[in-house]
Amino acid sequence: MEKFTSHTGRAVPLRRSNVDTDQIIPAHWLKKVTRNGFEDGLFEAWRKDDAFVLNRPEHQGATVLIAGPEFGTGSSREHAVWALQNYGFKAVISSRFADIFRGNSLKNGLLTVILPQETVERLWELVEADPQAEVTVDLEAREVRAAGVNAPFELDENVRWRLLNGLDDISITLQQEADIAAYEAGRPAFKPTTTPVG
Amino acid sequence: MGRTLAEKVWDDHVVRRAEGEPDLLFIDLHLLHEVTSPQAFDGLRLAGRKVRRTDLTIATEDHNTPTLDIDKPIADPVSRVQLETLRANCAEFGVRLHSLGDVEQGVVHVVGPQLGLTQPGTTVVCGDSHTSTHGAFGALAFGIGTSQVEHVLATQTLPMARPKTMAITVEGELPDGVTAKDLILAVIARIGTGGGQGYVLEYRGSAIRGLSMEARMTVCNMSIEAGARAGMIAPDETTFAYLKGRDHAPTGAEWDAAVAYWKTLATDEDAVFDAEVFIDANELTPFVTWGTNPGQGAPLGANVPDPASFEDPQERIAAENALTYMGLTAGTPLREVKVDAVFVGSCTNGRIEDLRAAAAVVEGRRIADGVRMLVVPGSVRVALQAIEEGLDKVFTAAGAEWRHAGCSMCLGMNPDQLAPGERCASTSNRNFEGRQGKGGRTHLVSPQVAAATAVLGHLASPADLSDAPQLVEA
Repeated sequence: MEKFTSHTGRAVPLRRSNVDTDQIIPAHWLKKVTRNGFEDGLFEAWRKDDAFVLNRPEHQGATVLIAGPEFGTGSSREHAVWALQNYGFKAVISSRFADIFRGNSLKNGLLTVILPQETVERLWELVEADPQAEVTVDLEAREVRAAGVNAPFELDENVRWRLLNGLDDISITLQQEADIAAYEAGRPAFKPTTTPVG
Repeated sequence: MGRTLAEKVWDDHVVRRAEGEPDLLFIDLHLLHEVTSPQAFDGLRLAGRKVRRTDLTIATEDHNTPTLDIDKPIADPVSRVQLETLRANCAEFGVRLHSLGDVEQGVVHVVGPQLGLTQPGTTVVCGDSHTSTHGAFGALAFGIGTSQVEHVLATQTLPMARPKTMAITVEGELPDGVTAKDLILAVIARIGTGGGQGYVLEYRGSAIRGLSMEARMTVCNMSIEAGARAGMIAPDETTFAYLKGRDHAPTGAEWDAAVAYWKTLATDEDAVFDAEVFIDANELTPFVTWGTNPGQGAPLGANVPDPASFEDPQERIAAENALTYMGLTAGTPLREVKVDAVFVGSCTNGRIEDLRAAAAVVEGRRIADGVRMLVVPGSVRVALQAIEEGLDKVFTAAGAEWRHAGCSMCLGMNPDQLAPGERCASTSNRNFEGRQGKGGRTHLVSPQVAAATAVLGHLASPADLSDAPQLVEA
């Protein structure tokens, strides 16, 4: 996983709630067997509309997405995270994220930041008034900064440590091999296996 | 202090607990399908890792599979590559796979329970958000992303932060014609699409205890639509009777040991939930969605709501957007909404009891002119049972299409899709924009409402059929 320490970039205001994973990346894109090449599928249906905020010339090259509540609701598809990253987003700000999407984002180094809805509204107003305004998402300081905004955010300390160091979860878990083996040795015999029967 | 069902199952799977770290949980059963696994297998190969427990892993093909011409090569080359990738990965890593054409093939959440692999007190994961289905057995079951799929393949564990618990207590008796689907749609409308975030839901109360296993699966299946990764129901005699004799259920002394353990799992009387919701089953009616998220639902007898009636500005904007997308006008009675298509199937409502319920409504009737009805069994086993009971003939005689097993029009990854602007009454779980095909409009309903809607051509319940027995007003 890529390290995330701090990122500064321009932002896109996405004034919609319940942005579900089918909007972020429609199902027909999920047939791909790679982790890249999803950028053209990001918000595919909405991008057909020239007025959609991602299509606006002043927001080209933006790297921070500021979305309404319940962002990432729906499916477990990690492709939604890959699509946002492939497109160029480094961080997403919302007042509420769906659990599976949030877990997936943090395992891929896409920082999802929870801020109060009123702060999200201020950021929306700021970047709508000045699309060139820069937003800094600082994981070391645990705060989001922009003109007139200095908002602290919370993140589980263990998750933050993994992100700051770009650590791979599987390697960390494999260091607990002795614990896993001990647990396996104590499992009851009645637990099912998938070994074919009959 | 006592513990809840979720806490007991969680505690029994902790491999390692350390201050400042998430718990490392052991996973009893890992279900795979073609869509969310290829990148995970790639990751294993890159790191030179193996599948740690092939004996706790099983795969099926479901999301991409066609429901017609399954004896021919898959027409869509991209779908074909994805299925072939799963086959190659399962062969290389030694994972049991049920491919298209196999008698055990079907939607992953239908296959696990019917094989008896889903058992009380187990942890079950799958790269699919509807893994919550398996919680109907008192399993702690949740959807995971592809990075976590790789993690489970490599280690048979997952680091997880301990969730909070929420009781959804449903007391009373479901009125005639009101199903598990209506119940869960009403729950989601009540707590919202984010209401369950960070929680494991436990459905309890007399109305839940009275449900069959298949109905319990319908309820738990849509926990994720309320934002909860998992939903659970305490195992009881209904659970044990369903499991007994299934391929992978324990036998002999092991069965007795298992049942003794399963009986210890129910939430203790003095356990405390972090949140509680109460629902009166007697007040529930057939429920349908009018919007583009599963929380935007209302009783079938209601009207399309006026966005101005929502106090929360985000909800108001969401309702405005939804009505525009859905092509609906505020104030229109939901019963007057005409449909082009009806879909019966999915991991929510693609089991034999669902097909029986829909067949009972269309039997001896014709579906309305201009309405296309697709019936897609959740698995090959479900299809075979339905054929044995003659349900396939009931559907085709009514003018419906009887198809092969798979996810089909629930998410339109295969050719079963709505055309732009088409409106569908669907027994599936998501009414998101474009979910069933670009520009398609989805109303989530129960199998009974789907069938009555197919017959009348507009949203309806079986009680609306003119020749239906009329209920006497009390």
